Amino acid sequence: MGEPQAYISGIGMSEVGVRLKRRPLLLTVDAIREALDDAGLVAGQIDGVATYPGKMPTYLGFSPVSSDDVIEALGLKTRWHLGAQEMTAQLGAIAAAAMAVKAGRARHVLCFRTVYEAGALADPDEYPPMHRKDVSGASQWTAPFYAISAANWVAQYATRHMARYGMTREQLSAIAINAHRNAALNPRAIVKEPLSADKYFAARMISTPFCLYDCDRFTDASTVIIVSAGDALDEITATPVRIAATAGSVERYSWDQAEWPGSYATGKALWEHSDYGPSDLDIAQLYDGFAFHPITWLEGLGICPIGEGHRFVEGGTRIALDGVLPMNTSGGQLGAGRLHGFGFAHESVVQMRGLGGDRQVSGNPSLAVATSGGGPMAAALLLARD
Amino acid sequence: MICRCGDCDRWLHPPQPICRHCWSENVSPQPASGRGRIDSFTINHQPWMPGLDVPFVIARVALEEDESIFLTTNIIGCAPTDVAVDDPVVVNFSEEDGIFFPLFERAG
Repeated sequence: MGEPQAYISGIGMSEVGVRLKRRPLLLTVDAIREALDDAGLVAGQIDGVATYPGKMPTYLGFSPVSSDDVIEALGLKTRWHLGAQEMTAQLGAIAAAAMAVKAGRARHVLCFRTVYEAGALADPDEYPPMHRKDVSGASQWTAPFYAISAANWVAQYATRHMARYGMTREQLSAIAINAHRNAALNPRAIVKEPLSADKYFAARMISTPFCLYDCDRFTDASTVIIVSAGDALDEITATPVRIAATAGSVERYSWDQAEWPGSYATGKALWEHSDYGPSDLDIAQLYDGFAFHPITWLEGLGICPIGEGHRFVEGGTRIALDGVLPMNTSGGQLGAGRLHGFGFAHESVVQMRGLGGDRQVSGNPSLAVATSGGGPMAAALLLARD
Repeated sequence: MICRCGDCDRWLHPPQPICRHCWSENVSPQPASGRGRIDSFTINHQPWMPGLDVPFVIARVALEEDESIFLTTNIIGCAPTDVAVDDPVVVNFSEEDGIFFPLFERAG
């Protein structure tokens, strides 16, 4: 008997849209139904639930549904569950579920991430926005200077890359253009059309060097990943994808004190937990809340040297569907919608099962990396089809 | 004033009741030179709230005392497009309702 293993056994996604009328809990249920059908499981077989970041009453649109809500609403009988903001990042919930099934605490864990940021804006009575006047915690050191958005915080890492390593906006544009091109081939994406370089450069600035197309946009959706124990695979009907390694890191909590985004420490750690290396990857699904993030992941994962990420993506050839390392094949968050991390795990599984339709990468991809996190905290999954 | 450890002499920010390097509790706010270097910056064009005048510069300033300590701040006194990474800067406090905000301007 080998070491215990964890697999992704089922995936599901609700309708993805902007200002959806359907309640977030029911969007979550839609995604759960699809994932259960996909895996060939029924609710009675689910004995674990995990989500990130758990319900956030102070910012309900960001996370409107808790693990407890799902357990209660669906009559689940769990032996392990989690919903926590204080973890390595979005995909950390899936990494935790993998640990739980390997430890024998659960057999099938339903992991979800539900976002309702667009719908919440449309319904401020039900989903009160964050109170910007309530300046406390880490934000008291940034908000008084109107560094309010993550766009402002991440933009400064991008500016530094331009000054230190010569990154250009032309190179950065390859990320958004690739995302839109792939999203146009993905029926579930919120973006329906490719993006021309002219349109990119004509777009208004948000926070230099980020223009409108370098920023993901508020989305309403739920994504579900079911994590199952290796010794429970006989209960599964779909092709399982092995969680070959997980990693995560937090070295500073303060966004403005970290010398490097968490993608660097996490990317390095991921390979320490596996027998694979960056050159073994067939596809890369890299967090792109902002267009600069994938560049940090390419460097952090050692796919290219530090300071070379922008040259790797230049022109978009290497990262295209027929490139050496197809990246963000669903359109990522810039194209498919701000699914907040979980979309990258979902798309990895779609591709490794050969179900990508018009956006399917050729050559039967069998090793993928899915990452999440754009600040000092980050998480990554290495996924393999055996 | 920036928080500093009285035992290992390292500067600390944001302030904590304990030194993150030596775990000493002998930490207190100490006068700093007010000089630093622009580690990075962004020109914000998005009016995040009604009445916010754009564009303006948000910067991360590395303190002269310790380059691993950063202050998020605004650069004032010049056109946003004149700001560059590594520019030396000096503090210029701006008072509002009795609170002194440490803004910075380019030195020299």
